[in-house]
Amino acid sequence: MNSKALPYLLLMPATLFLCVFFLYPFALVAFEAVTRDGAFTLDNFRTMAGSWKFPVTVRNTLLLAAIVVPIQLAMALLMASVVSQLESGRSAALYIFAIPLGISDLAAGLIWLAIFDQSGFLNTLLSSLGVVDRPIMFLGYQSKLTIFVAVALAEIWRATAIMMVILVAGMGLIPKEYHEAAEVFGAGPWKRFVCITLPLLRPSLQTAIILRVILAFEVFAVVAALGGTNLPVLMGETYNWQFTLQDRNVAAASALLILAISIGFTLFFLRVLRVPKEARI
Amino acid sequence: MSAVAEAPVAATADARKAGDWLLVATTILLCVWVLLPIYLLLVNALSSPDEVTGFPKRFFPSFDLGSLSFFINFAGVARALWNSVLVATLTMVLSIGFGAPAGYALSRFDFPGKGTFRFLVLMTRAFPLPLLALPLAVMFIRTGLDDTAIGLALVHTTLALPFAVLITFSLFSGIPVELEEAAWTLGCTRWQAFRKVILPLALPGIAASAVFAFTISWNEVFAAAVLTIENRTLTAFLLQSLGESPLYLKFAGGAALVVPALLFIFAVRKYLFAMWGIANR
Amino acid sequence: MKTMLKKVAGVALALSLAVDGAHAQQVLFWSTQARPVEETQKMRDEVLKGFDGPVDYQVAEDGPWLTRLQAELQAGSGTIGLLGGLHGDFSTVGAGLADLSGVDVGGVKVNEAYKKLGMLGTGEQKYMPWMQATFLMAANKQALQYLPAGVDLKAITYDQLIEWSKNIAEKTGSPKFGFPAGPKGLKHRFFEGFLYPSYTGSMVTKFRSAEAETAWNKFKELWQYTNPNSTNYAFMQEPLLSGEVWVAFDHVARLADAFNQKPDQFVAFPAPVGPAGRGFMPVVAGVAIPKTSPDADKAKALVAYMLKPETQIATLKATNFFPVVDVKLPDDVPASVKAFAPVIAAMTSAPDALPALPPMGLGDLGGKFNQVYTDSFERIVLGGEDVHGVLEEQAAALKAIIDQAKAPCWAPDKPSEGACPVE
Repeated sequence: MNSKALPYLLLMPATLFLCVFFLYPFALVAFEAVTRDGAFTLDNFRTMAGSWKFPVTVRNTLLLAAIVVPIQLAMALLMASVVSQLESGRSAALYIFAIPLGISDLAAGLIWLAIFDQSGFLNTLLSSLGVVDRPIMFLGYQSKLTIFVAVALAEIWRATAIMMVILVAGMGLIPKEYHEAAEVFGAGPWKRFVCITLPLLRPSLQTAIILRVILAFEVFAVVAALGGTNLPVLMGETYNWQFTLQDRNVAAASALLILAISIGFTLFFLRVLRVPKEARI
Repeated sequence: MSAVAEAPVAATADARKAGDWLLVATTILLCVWVLLPIYLLLVNALSSPDEVTGFPKRFFPSFDLGSLSFFINFAGVARALWNSVLVATLTMVLSIGFGAPAGYALSRFDFPGKGTFRFLVLMTRAFPLPLLALPLAVMFIRTGLDDTAIGLALVHTTLALPFAVLITFSLFSGIPVELEEAAWTLGCTRWQAFRKVILPLALPGIAASAVFAFTISWNEVFAAAVLTIENRTLTAFLLQSLGESPLYLKFAGGAALVVPALLFIFAVRKYLFAMWGIANR
Repeated sequence: MKTMLKKVAGVALALSLAVDGAHAQQVLFWSTQARPVEETQKMRDEVLKGFDGPVDYQVAEDGPWLTRLQAELQAGSGTIGLLGGLHGDFSTVGAGLADLSGVDVGGVKVNEAYKKLGMLGTGEQKYMPWMQATFLMAANKQALQYLPAGVDLKAITYDQLIEWSKNIAEKTGSPKFGFPAGPKGLKHRFFEGFLYPSYTGSMVTKFRSAEAETAWNKFKELWQYTNPNSTNYAFMQEPLLSGEVWVAFDHVARLADAFNQKPDQFVAFPAPVGPAGRGFMPVVAGVAIPKTSPDADKAKALVAYMLKPETQIATLKATNFFPVVDVKLPDDVPASVKAFAPVIAAMTSAPDALPALPPMGLGDLGGKFNQVYTDSFERIVLGGEDVHGVLEEQAAALKAIIDQAKAPCWAPDKPSEGACPVE
């Protein structure tokens, strides 16, 4: 068997596929980002960055990702550990934890809006418990902090399952003997988690974190549902440029910015969570 | 001697009981966290229009099937449902078919271009699809792929491929190469070793990729709305209309969209743990 | 599992490639209007049933609608037979639309002003007016007790509206005026067609003027008594029904549900009067034929059908959009139509009525034009920035847009030679 050519042969279908269905349209759109009426220019980036909403937009996007992703990572690890340690009811628990995967982000925005709305479920609960006399306006434009918290909660609820499923799939391959041996030697559950599970989970961790971070910079539907015009994010502004303002060039520039940020973080995590060549069991 | 040995055993037995109790409590808490918003979605979907916009909200559905039956009778829903299932299945097949070999190549071989490929795969997820929809639609119209399930499935595969490649990569990385080598020494060809030894161990990864491919395709709206008109998927069909529909219909439609995806995850869940607890290393 | 997967794949592939050619004869009506599911259902079942031939009415949101159309125009061939959309939707793609001047509408009298709008500033009839709507005010009857003494709802002024909202806020403890300030709300139309003309008598020329600053300050005052959730609202019918809002301003199609569900609880009244008059803006929807339409003759027949009096009435019942042809309204119209029709008539024919038309001649800069007003609102009212400063900056942006499009003035501004000036 020709070992040298084999990897390339295995990669070829996927590569060709991506070239046709991603690189080609991407090249066309990226071209629009650096041209205007046919001439090469960086004006589109200047227009995008010069908009009065731009600093707030970037700040919101980065802040939201910085808060939501670590919490989700912790929760996903917790869920995966819980599932791995349960003896009975394991597949039921896994199924329940994975349910948010089937919910589109539009539906998730709708549900959480029904919770935080002025006439929503949270207010109903609070007034029936007598905690408040009058419904609280969680999503009013003056309470930017509450809106942010509501959006963070909704995003945590919606997207943790993404990381969890990846981690669960990876956890299954960690042999039970390692844990049993460590237990015999007196290691407590926390120590076992940190010294055995986490290191052996590295490839899955890398995948889960990178994918989640990339998706976090594209957050849009939930923010739009809960925050309206109060919490602009990069993706929302990109859509705005493209469809409302009819400016394809600036929209492409904005999308390239999202791509650049994602690339930056991806490279960072690829380095930090490197899977050493000898990391085989 | 036995008395000395019993004391730590008793201590660990107590610790284990407390640990068990903690485990159960955590599990229940997490399940409630995930299920409560879903329950609220169902409450709203099964309530009358008055109750959906009223305050205070009821926490029990009144089982008013008016909104849901409107959807079932809405012309074209059955057809759209079939289209969605078709496209999602094709996406699953294609993304695993292209992605698993690539994941295997990435995990087992070291070759120039490896990093670039992995990078390319990640980057396809970092660029917003709606901006790519225009060049893709033009390409599809010109090549006759327009308004077909396979055409849309190709676009969705672009979205799902990164998940398939990276998840299978992280799983193959966790399977020791010695297992394959052992199979080779026993007379298997490379392909046989892969099929009989590696594939069953990597089944959780394949299952996870299938779940992602299905749900990503199921929940995707924009490309579906642009690339399919007569053969609309359910998501495009409903979400294009639901954006401006009255609130009670939004919930009924949202609930209707969620159910098939949940059924799929239910069907696939046992494959996610196919190899757990099997200590035959 | 793998063999089963393979079998499923094979079957799926085969089925997907099976061409389904039954739709060759029908006209694909690709529209941004009548999007709510119930309206789409009615369009299919009641409005289009009478056409001679099958019609497939498909709706899409603005993004996919435009992308699909642009893709077909770029590719040079397509399946869309007839387009339905708002004036703003068509002004972006004017070049790709066929000339409809020769369409035989069977002697029906179509509103002349709207036909002129439909030319999009060119010599050809790019779209035919299809239906119209406007914006109104609606109030929960509970709010009427707080109305200042001697105020006639039909002639309410902005100052009276502010006082009324203040009374409601103080007496009930929370602000209950509502405004569609959400991302999908039509707030820019309020500023362009109602606030500006009522205070300055113009939309563009007096963008930065003393009267404009008064207008914004008055609105800031009104905003104090507005429900802060307004920045999430796109459809005022929902907060009206839930009681969060007692007095609201919105598009008739987005208020209709409240009147249809609880006709006895709400009352409709015209937009308020300002120092310069009663500004109002109609919303014009039209039908157009893309140059890539597979069967232009069938599409033209469909255009004529849509303008028939019976079809116009059926459309009114389905979408709450009013006819653009001379037709008498029957009695079996929904409660919302019954409530709105006299108010609209009163508003449009009042002596101080100041009609403002949607922007003309801006091409694909229409979105940026609207953004000038939206940004002004967000910065002045939401952000609390200095009115004068914001208007200066936004006026510069406005001037740049108008100059680039070389668009002459339109109502309510006086006609101009060349690009509309921003004073």
